[in-house]
Amino acid sequence: MSYQTIIEDDIDILVAGAGLGGTGAAFEARYWGQNKKIVIAEKANIMRSGAVAQGLYAINCYMGTRFGENNPEDHVRYARIDLMGMVREDLAFDMARHVDSTVHNFEEWGLPIMRNEKSGAFLREGRWQIMIHGESYKPIVAEAAKKSADKVFNRVCLTHLLMDESKENRVAGAVGFNVRTGNYHVFKSKTVICGAGGASNIFKPRSVGEGAGRVWYAPWSSGSAYGLMIEAGAKMTQMENRIVLARFKDGYGPVGAYFLHLKTYTQNAYGEEYESKWFPALQQMVGKEYLDPEVSHRTHRPIPTCLRNHAIINEVNAGRGPIHMVTMEAFQDPHLEEIGWHNFLGMTVGQAVLWAATDVDPKYENPELTTSEPYVMGSHATGCGAWCSGPQDVSPPEYYWGYNRMTTIEGLFGAGDAVGGTPHAFSSGSFTEGRLAAKAACKYIDDGKAEGIRVSDAQINRRKEQIYKPLETYRVYSNEVVAGTVNPNFINPRQGLDRLQKLMDEYCGGFGVNYMTNDKLLNIGLKKMSILGEDLEKVAASDIHELLRAWELKHRFLTSESVFHHTLFRKETRWPGYYYRGDAMKLDDQNWHVLTVSRRDPKTGEYTMEKAPLYHLVGDAEKAPPEGH
Amino acid sequence: MPTFVYMTRCDGCGECVDICPSDIMHIDKKLRRAYNIEPNMCWECYSCVKACPHQAIDVRGYADFAPLGHSVRVIRDEEKGTIAWRIKFRNGKKDMELLAPITTKPWGSATPNLADVPAPSKEMRNSELLFNEPKYIRMDNGGLHTLESNGLEIKEGVQY
Repeated sequence: MSYQTIIEDDIDILVAGAGLGGTGAAFEARYWGQNKKIVIAEKANIMRSGAVAQGLYAINCYMGTRFGENNPEDHVRYARIDLMGMVREDLAFDMARHVDSTVHNFEEWGLPIMRNEKSGAFLREGRWQIMIHGESYKPIVAEAAKKSADKVFNRVCLTHLLMDESKENRVAGAVGFNVRTGNYHVFKSKTVICGAGGASNIFKPRSVGEGAGRVWYAPWSSGSAYGLMIEAGAKMTQMENRIVLARFKDGYGPVGAYFLHLKTYTQNAYGEEYESKWFPALQQMVGKEYLDPEVSHRTHRPIPTCLRNHAIINEVNAGRGPIHMVTMEAFQDPHLEEIGWHNFLGMTVGQAVLWAATDVDPKYENPELTTSEPYVMGSHATGCGAWCSGPQDVSPPEYYWGYNRMTTIEGLFGAGDAVGGTPHAFSSGSFTEGRLAAKAACKYIDDGKAEGIRVSDAQINRRKEQIYKPLETYRVYSNEVVAGTVNPNFINPRQGLDRLQKLMDEYCGGFGVNYMTNDKLLNIGLKKMSILGEDLEKVAASDIHELLRAWELKHRFLTSESVFHHTLFRKETRWPGYYYRGDAMKLDDQNWHVLTVSRRDPKTGEYTMEKAPLYHLVGDAEKAPPEGH
Repeated sequence: MPTFVYMTRCDGCGECVDICPSDIMHIDKKLRRAYNIEPNMCWECYSCVKACPHQAIDVRGYADFAPLGHSVRVIRDEEKGTIAWRIKFRNGKKDMELLAPITTKPWGSATPNLADVPAPSKEMRNSELLFNEPKYIRMDNGGLHTLESNGLEIKEGVQY
């Protein structure tokens, strides 16, 4: 190969992927490390990369403590009940106590945040959500990160972390390739903050053909946060906790503002309320601690999102679908109608296009809702990701090993989707986690923990060979056949992705099987995964763009394998509505009131699973939420 | 709903190639103009549409569920700080124009340069505070919330 090797040396902090988490890390790192070398590597362009590339119409995580609205622990309780108890409450509390500072910074930088004209506080969509004109959310935040970074490498796709050869289990940087020039990039760094993304497109999507990119989470969220860290041997947590979204059919337009601000509601095809009739049986499955409509009504404790999905799934299976969002009432108010449309244009333009194409005017017609294919991620309403240390002043001993947001690999930190057990961080919380990780990473360096790192040329060359292998495979074998994409020696990245999605759907609880799996299916699936893993050694790329797809696929594969192991390990149905274990259909607090933690041995590829204790914040009982929420 | 590029408007400047988060806007080598090389990896995020200086890029709804004959067009203006949308329905019954702000400050002017702010004190380094805190994190003059300040404990096991 004629590609150059470009080495960037003496980096203090390498930000691996700069969505909201990574930009937060780069921004804050400059404050704590004013003389440190801060470098960003991003596979796209940081001005429009990550899940917020398109914009957002709401910031879903803002306490409003300075307006007397909520305290951090209130948010922890909310995330806890929504996730059926499975939250790293130390991390969640820590994020929540800092997040308001992040949001007010955004406002100072020019992000238009709507205000409540009466109170002067930010305009609330719901108890935690505030409304913004966020079309330029990402570029505004990226400007701040750019100012802090010494260098930004756009269009460099990181494929592997570099590991120190003088001390075991310590990170030493990362490697990847430029998706334009094809050049090989080596980043030697004392610390790495992984801000890469969660995983869309690992389960077969409902959309087909040309529409396959119409997924809820961005199609470029390739599970690289997990691919990078799992491959290096970092421990992961809660990877079984995939999320299924109830959204507007086909376009996956957001429903938050519709429910909370526009006060729309759902009904079945025959105009009936359907949710409550599924709750008694569901309560038998999960227990009164997790589902008690009476208590929820009295105290504003939310009904967990997965359980509401369960009602939709069952109602549709009972033959009374589709479920409709009742918009016809709210949309009679021209102001609310405008908000409804702005909401899509600000963050899911495709939904506006779909309604324009199908002549769905929500003023005169109640649009359809559906449940999506599952997604694996750690920043929205679920908590997949790396097992990370919490802050010293909050975390119990099992959750604390020296540096906030540091994974089980020394010097490797996480933010956003990368950090496990911290659901409901969303955009502002992810940025905040990046800030926390950056401060800790600077401290790690100042404490002398990154001295004497050694990376051999052998490691660098071995990775280079691995990275370009798909191009080599194509070069060697493509001419064996006349033309076309069928070749007995290799598969292309799309073919590999199709196989992965089908396998995940059928064996790991995708929409095609109504989110159902069991131990037998999971074991068969794992066997097939192992063979897919062998075939991925033979994935071929005809050009640099396809090489990008090949590495995204490998990251998605590592993510999926981890999801399989975690799903098999947790022998209970903790989140009905996200997935079901047919062989253990009940929630089981006796045995499974724990977090699941895995490690893939980088040398053998073998998984080990363990249970980690689950801690909860107690005391200062939940007060009724303030008026008007 | 993948993007497409009008032949007569594109001059091959490459702004869309530069910005596309999915790396699917590429320049056709023969025609020297941009096109969407991988429609099934398009998120219809409109980043390229907004970035195109010639309004040469548009979107046609995904063939698997969106009928032909609709239009959602946009002009994003950093100088004015606005984004203007126009939505046209297939049946012609709805034709909406919507305008929203994208920033409240002159573009790029308000982000701080943290290399130039006073360095954090040792005390601050040893605290749990981040840049600019405790500003904005509570309504009184107190510091960062802790378990102690908020009357909390963290305990193992089922606690509710």
